[in-house]
Amino acid sequence: MIIRIMGEGQWTFDDTGVERLNELDAKVESAVDSGDDATFAAALSELLDAVRAEGTPVPAEELVDSDLILPPSDSTIDDVQHLLADDGLIPG
Amino acid sequence: MKRMGMVFRAKANKALDRAEDPRETLDYSYQKQLELLQKVRRGVADVATSRKRLELQMNQLQQQSDKLQGQAQKALEMNREDLAREALTRRSGLHEQQTGLQQQHAALQAEEEKLTTASQRLQAKVESFRTRKESLKATYTAAEAQTKIGEAFSGISEEMSDVGLAVQRAEDKTASMQARAGAIDELIASGALEDVSGTTPQDDIALELDRMSSGSEVEGELAAMKAQLSGSGTPKEISGEAVGAEAPTETPEQKPEGEQS
Repeated sequence: MIIRIMGEGQWTFDDTGVERLNELDAKVESAVDSGDDATFAAALSELLDAVRAEGTPVPAEELVDSDLILPPSDSTIDDVQHLLADDGLIPG
Repeated sequence: MKRMGMVFRAKANKALDRAEDPRETLDYSYQKQLELLQKVRRGVADVATSRKRLELQMNQLQQQSDKLQGQAQKALEMNREDLAREALTRRSGLHEQQTGLQQQHAALQAEEEKLTTASQRLQAKVESFRTRKESLKATYTAAEAQTKIGEAFSGISEEMSDVGLAVQRAEDKTASMQARAGAIDELIASGALEDVSGTTPQDDIALELDRMSSGSEVEGELAAMKAQLSGSGTPKEISGEAVGAEAPTETPEQKPEGEQS
């Protein structure tokens, strides 16, 4: 699975890695529901950190579409709200 | 976001359908990619310009702050606590501006780094696309055209929409910062934060301090003249005294000149 963080690039994940991300994604989703910007910022940065740390960066010269796209690290709840699918940022 | 990426891809596909020869869309897209690359590079340059302007303002505010500190010190030495207080009050007003500028500076620096990386990434991808495009054109057969050419676009459209958005965000940020930077320039120019370049008239605190210095200077000269007049019978002794009386009064006058330059 290929994940893009907007403004930063793409990372490759295997299925077990994605499971872990789903937990963090749920946190982001509930933070958006809470409407609290600080909680949201913390949850989003935790998710993005996990992507950066646990994924394998896609080489810059590689041309490949992403399976999912995460918002940039400095997003606000407002920015993200309309990007959210019912399942959260990560489908499934 | 997924939606945005799909919109972008749909547009690319439309361009594909319109073209008589699908190979032309490859060249067309490549052209667009090069244009975007130029745009990102301009974006990096714009952000750098804004950052440098902020640095200049931060320096100006720091000089101003140092000067007010010096004035407060001097006013206190002259027992003018009111003037010292005024100088320190203005200085604390400056401090708020400085903190604001520091935060903006950090944000711009982060933005600059992000855009620089994005531009390098896009450049690598554009280069890959070019290779892919050339090899596809060389082995092109009408039968495989649509699918092969469609595949050629995978990845690059998404990258382009992402980078395009990043440039847009950077431009928005720089625009709002430039508006604030303009406001600070106006503040400095209006004298509310007096210009340290020395081209504008001195501020009122400096004028008051100068007036006091030159006042005591005048007093000193007067005293020396009076002493000379009254003691004209013994000129040798008096002239020695006069030199001694003149020296200390000169120092307070020269100090502010040195600080203001």
